[in-house]
Parts: sequence; structure tokens; C-alpha cells
Amino acid sequence: MSEITRREVLRRLALSIAAAGVIDRVSAQEVHHMAEQAVAASGSAYQPSALSLHEYATLDRLTDLIIPVENGAPGAAQAGVAAWIDLLAGANDQLLAIYKDGLAWLDTTMKDRGAADFVSATAEQQTSLLDLIAYRRNQSAELAPGIRFFVWARRMTVDGFYTSRLGMRDIYLGNTASATFTVPAASLEYALKKSGL
Amino acid sequence: MPRPQEPSSATVHDVVVIGSGAGGGTVTKVLADLGINVLLLEAGPMLNLSDLKEHMAPYDVPDRGAGAHAEVYFGGQSTLSFSANFGGAQIDGEPYTVAPGSQFRWFRSRVLGGRTVHYGRITLRFADYDFKPRQRDGLGFDWPVSYEDLAPYYEKAERFIGVTGSVEGIRSAPDGIFQPPAQMRVHDVLVQRSCAKLGIRAIAARQAVITTPLNGRPPCHYCGQCGRGCRSASNYASSYVQIFPAMKTGRVQVVADAMARELLTDDTGKVSAVSYIDKTSGAERQVKCRTVVLAASACESARLLLNSKSSGHAQGLANSSGNVGRYLMDTVGFSMSATVPALEGMPIYNSDGYSSHVYVPWWLWDRKDLGFPRGYHIEVGGGYGMPGIGSFQRTVTDHEGYGLGLKKAIRENYGTTISLSGRGEMIPNAQCYCEIDPNVVDRWGIPVLRFHWEWSDHELNQVRHMQTTFRSILETMGGRVITGRGQGPATAQSEVTAGRGQAAEATAQSQASRPPISTGGAIIHEVGTIRMGDNPSTSVLNKYCQAHDVKNLFVADAAPFVGNPDKNPTHSIVALAWRTAEYLADELRKGNV
Repeated sequence: MSEITRREVLRRLALSIAAAGVIDRVSAQEVHHMAEQAVAASGSAYQPSALSLHEYATLDRLTDLIIPVENGAPGAAQAGVAAWIDLLAGANDQLLAIYKDGLAWLDTTMKDRGAADFVSATAEQQTSLLDLIAYRRNQSAELAPGIRFFVWARRMTVDGFYTSRLGMRDIYLGNTASATFTVPAASLEYALKKSGL
Repeated sequence: MPRPQEPSSATVHDVVVIGSGAGGGTVTKVLADLGINVLLLEAGPMLNLSDLKEHMAPYDVPDRGAGAHAEVYFGGQSTLSFSANFGGAQIDGEPYTVAPGSQFRWFRSRVLGGRTVHYGRITLRFADYDFKPRQRDGLGFDWPVSYEDLAPYYEKAERFIGVTGSVEGIRSAPDGIFQPPAQMRVHDVLVQRSCAKLGIRAIAARQAVITTPLNGRPPCHYCGQCGRGCRSASNYASSYVQIFPAMKTGRVQVVADAMARELLTDDTGKVSAVSYIDKTSGAERQVKCRTVVLAASACESARLLLNSKSSGHAQGLANSSGNVGRYLMDTVGFSMSATVPALEGMPIYNSDGYSSHVYVPWWLWDRKDLGFPRGYHIEVGGGYGMPGIGSFQRTVTDHEGYGLGLKKAIRENYGTTISLSGRGEMIPNAQCYCEIDPNVVDRWGIPVLRFHWEWSDHELNQVRHMQTTFRSILETMGGRVITGRGQGPATAQSEVTAGRGQAAEATAQSQASRPPISTGGAIIHEVGTIRMGDNPSTSVLNKYCQAHDVKNLFVADAAPFVGNPDKNPTHSIVALAWRTAEYLADELRKGNV
């Protein structure tokens, strides 16, 4: 069981204890259910259903460039963002076309820049292309499809990452059970000082 | 329409209560404690605590809230909701209509506990002057009860339910019996200090949340998800705080999925039975009663009376005054939000807490030169809410780029939005009412309500004052008011209030000459329609919420309200219902009803 999952289960148990008598049974079932889900999720690699294996690998790399690993904290690939996008693309043909066309554009453009395709290009080649399509100011007839696609990919990568179990913990510290509510003095002092109030 | 008829039980129930929200739950609990048997009808299902989505996150749903077909990315709405609202303005097979030229939104919760399962838990006593408004400024109507009449019942409710707060001695916000409040969050303190510079006092929120154990209920565990209901019953909902314990006395029988259709009367004009639809079978059933308490919500209770027509009651039951459905009120609503640079880059902390930690009571209650009568209070939203689809869209659009820089921008902008919501008093007017639509029935053939609505200049001028004031408060803390843009990151507060009609509530975006006031009904504080009064020709109920015309008919929701002060109605519904229940018990014992 991963560290996150263990922590999650402990949190649920703490909640169960906090609410003893009212939610015992339900909470216990939940903890059990969650542990099962975690085991299932960690079991095998995701098999894309809408995208091809190559497209999926390309998307997986792209999402991890958008939200990368940082000081050991997970990035989009570890959080399974591409799998979530593949799931949605499988349920919406318009979305699927956006991704198939966009990922193909990345490959074609990368070929023009001397690589076999996007996913096998060097990190430097990849980021130099993203440095162009990640900004509106670089708008041109040539880059338009890439810029348009990147808006989609970035938006959904951010959504997919911060709504994932791993990504949410990167930023959101709540959804827990605590005996007391405390505001850290460091946070309060920071805001008061900065506001001049 | 022919309806399958079930054989009626011969049992005559001492009290049949219709509706299980704040009013019906309170009546049920008080009567059961006094040894009286209650049959409680609820139009929705029994509440199962395991249905509450407490502690769920987007990742517990495969699409995470994007919609099963990614609808959110193509202009659609997310169907993912963790709210325990069990209903909404649109309910399948239960329409209502709105008269041409009017706008009204009618939110209904169908579940044991009604709207108390998900509401904002704001718990405010009316001020002494709120009961006698006409004496003060000549507008609206005076209540047949005073603050002194209701104060003991506010106190009973606070002791039993548990309400956070601090003793402040402010006339517009009378003190009560309080649980220790949680510390204010950082954004609450910024609002408090900005307000202080403008001469406005912000105090600890008064919330129906317990921070110390009460009657076997464990204290709040500070997950900030009050809007999802509470499995540990650490906040107030009538279902898990009043009705479940009352059921354990053995004196309460709950009939769920029972949609009341009509009150039936005997030769003497008293209510003899309640006819309802068993929603599970569609069959009509009847229960005989000695007394009946309407607590179906203001408009549903009015609808029931108007639909209870007979030869002796051609205008509907208890309606010799013609006042049933009249003087419908809601709360005046306006919201403004800002991004606050002082919060950018602040060390992130767990700000969940409970739904709200700060309250700005009306501070100009003794002023008469504002260009509008009465006043409003301010509710505050902000903090680090649980991320959802679209939470960081504004940052992503502004920042562009990718990689660590984008991550940093998201982290620094997360939780930097503060919103202020004004909740103000509406003056009752003759243009706001509900009546039976002669042409439309619901899925069971029950005639539906048609709404009429018109804000007056009193309310519009109040919103203008909110606009100016909120901008001052937000700018005093260095905030940049958000105009013409979508909502910022989802916050704990916005989730809690999601069920309160924010979608229909106007925002600061519109700057037309008519200020952006909320749609009637959108704040979900609809009150009035079966008002109290000493004069039977201008009111429906006496000062104990007993019908002038029908002695064994009582009303215990917000329908008896004569006015709608700037205090959220739930606490006064509970206090009035408690008082009504004690009176009813007394009258039953004396054999008067």
C-alpha cells in the first residue's frame, strides 16, 4: 500500500473514531473500500481505450511537461492524467478528434525539427517546441494548430492533476478530520504584513 | 383524474406534521419530548447518513466532475455535486410556473430534514426592532409577537442545537447561548481588519455547529463540508439532530415519500384527515388527525391550503382573509469578489474549518438617511477549497506557459479570492405572491403554484449600498475586484453555498442602471404566504401560528413570517415552531383542539 493510501486510510479511521457511535459501520466500510481501490489502482499499467498506445505515450509525456515532478512531489504522469483524458476522449468524439489531431501535429512538427516524433525527441527539443506553443504571443499561421491544442492540453492537464489523489495533496491540505482548528501564525503574519492591515 | 384509493386506517392521530425541515423537525422533537404521538409525513425519502458525500473528492468519480461525456469542456454544466441538497429548483414531475414579467426560482429539498441537511448553518436571532418594523419606519407590518416572546425559544434552540458565537452586545445581532467559535481564518481576519478601518464590526460567525460535545453528538472535525450534511451530526439538521432521536422515544412514526395533496375537513370546518400520495406506488392515502401542523416550506404549505377547497372553503382552507399566498418574501442578495494580492504566496494551510467563521452584522441600524430602509449583513467566502474541474482556469489563462513556473503560479494564486455576500431585508409588497396556476398540475395531478415577483426601489437601493460598501472593504485590503470574469477557484464557502442558488444570483459583472440584485427566491429564504397577525381579516394565523379560521390547524415553517429581517430564517423558524409546539401540546391537554 502506498504512503498516500495508508495516510488516507488512517485519516478515515481517525474520522470514524471522532464520530464514534454515529458512523462506525459506514466509515469502516469506506476504509475497506478505499484500500481495495488503492490496491486495484496500483496493480497494472493503464491501457488506453480511445488513444493508440503511441498517442497515449505522447500525451503522457506532454502532461508531465506541463505539470512536472518537483522536488520529488509527483507530476502529471505519476498522477495518471493521460488516463483520465483518454477516458473522457473515449466518451466524446469531438474531444477525441482534438487530441488525435493535436498529438499528430506535435509529431509532424517534431519531424520537421529533426526528431522521429515528439515522444522520442530530447527534452530540449520538446521544451523548445512548447516554449513556442504555450503562449498566445507566438500566434502565427504555422503555429496556430499547436497553440490551440496546447490550450486544451494544459487546461485539462491542470484539471486532471489537481483533481487526482496525488495532485490534490500537492496543494490542498484539507478534507481531513482534526480535533482542533488552527490557523498557522506564519500564514496570518504573512498576509497581514503584505496587506498593511 | 382518477386515483387509486387505498383503504384508510381508522386510527386518528393526535398530531400529523407535514414536512420535516427546521419547523417540522422541531415540532416533532418537542411534542415527542412532551409525550405526544406524532405522525410525520415527508415528501422525500428517508435520509440515510451513508448517502451523504462527506469526505468524497473528485477522484472518487471517474470523470472527476467533467461530465461522463466531458460536457464541462463544451459549455455544459458539471453534474458532480457533493451537496446534500436532495433537490433543487428543477424537480422531475414537480413544476411551478412564473407569471409573465416575473422571475422567481423555487428551490425545494425532498428528503427527511429538507433543506436543513445542506443549508449554510447560519443561526441568527432577529433583533428586537425586527418584530416591530412598521412602528419604526411605517413600512411593512408588525409581528403579533415580540422579541421577548421569542427569546426563551431562541435560547432553548441554542442550548439543544448548539450554536457557535461570541457575546458582543450589538443591538442588531442579539447574543445567545454560544459554543466556543473556531479561530477566524486568514481571509476572515483581512475582512475584519478592513471593515474596522471603515467603522464596520466583524464578529465570530453564529453557526449551528458544535465545537464541544452536546447530547451525545461529537464536536466538529473541521472538514469544511457542512453543505454535504454531517455524518457525525456535528452540525444541525432536523433529521439527525431532532427526528432520529425523537424516533427513539417510540412516539414518532415517519412516513417518507408521502406528498401531501389536500387537507380534508369535517362538518365543523376542522381538519379531519390529510390526503397524500404515496410516491412509491402513486396511490392516494388518507390519515385521520386530531390536529395538523403544516411545515412543508412556506410556499408548499400555502399551496396545500389553496388546494384544500371545499364548499365551506371556496378560496382554500383557512383563507377567509384571502391572505394565503400573499406577501411572499425572499432575502435581497448581492455578491462581489476580489483577488487579494496579500494572500498570494502565503504558506498554504488547511482552512476547511466549518462553513463560515466570520459574520458582519448590520452596522447602520440606527441610521435613517441611507436612501433605503432596514439593512443587510455580510457573509464572507474564501480560503483553500477542495480543487475541482476549472478551479485554476483563471490562473492558467493569465499565466500561460507550462512546467514549474505554471505550478508555482497555481500554488501562489490558490485561495486568493475573497467574496462578500450581502443578505438584506426585503419589505413585503403586494406584487410578490403565489397562487394556484389553473392550467398546470404536477405528476400526481396536484395543481401547482404560479409565482409573481417584483423588487421595489427599497431593495434596489440597498443593493447599490452593498456595491459601494463591498468595493471599499475589498479595496481596503488591496483586493482587485473581479468584474466581467468567471468565478475564481472553488472555495469551501462557495461549495457550502452552492445549494443556495449562486448560479441565479447576480454578481458584480452587470453594471446596468438597475443594480445586479438576486432573482426572487434565489437566496432560498422564501418566507411569508401564511402570515400571523392579531386581525383575522388581514392575517391567516394567530400569534401561536394557529389558523384563525381552523382551530386544529397550525403552521410551523417560514410561512407565518410577517417580515423577513436580514437574519437568515432558520433560527426563527425553529424558535417559532418550538413555541407553537408547546402551545399545541397545551391545547391538546386542555381539550381545546
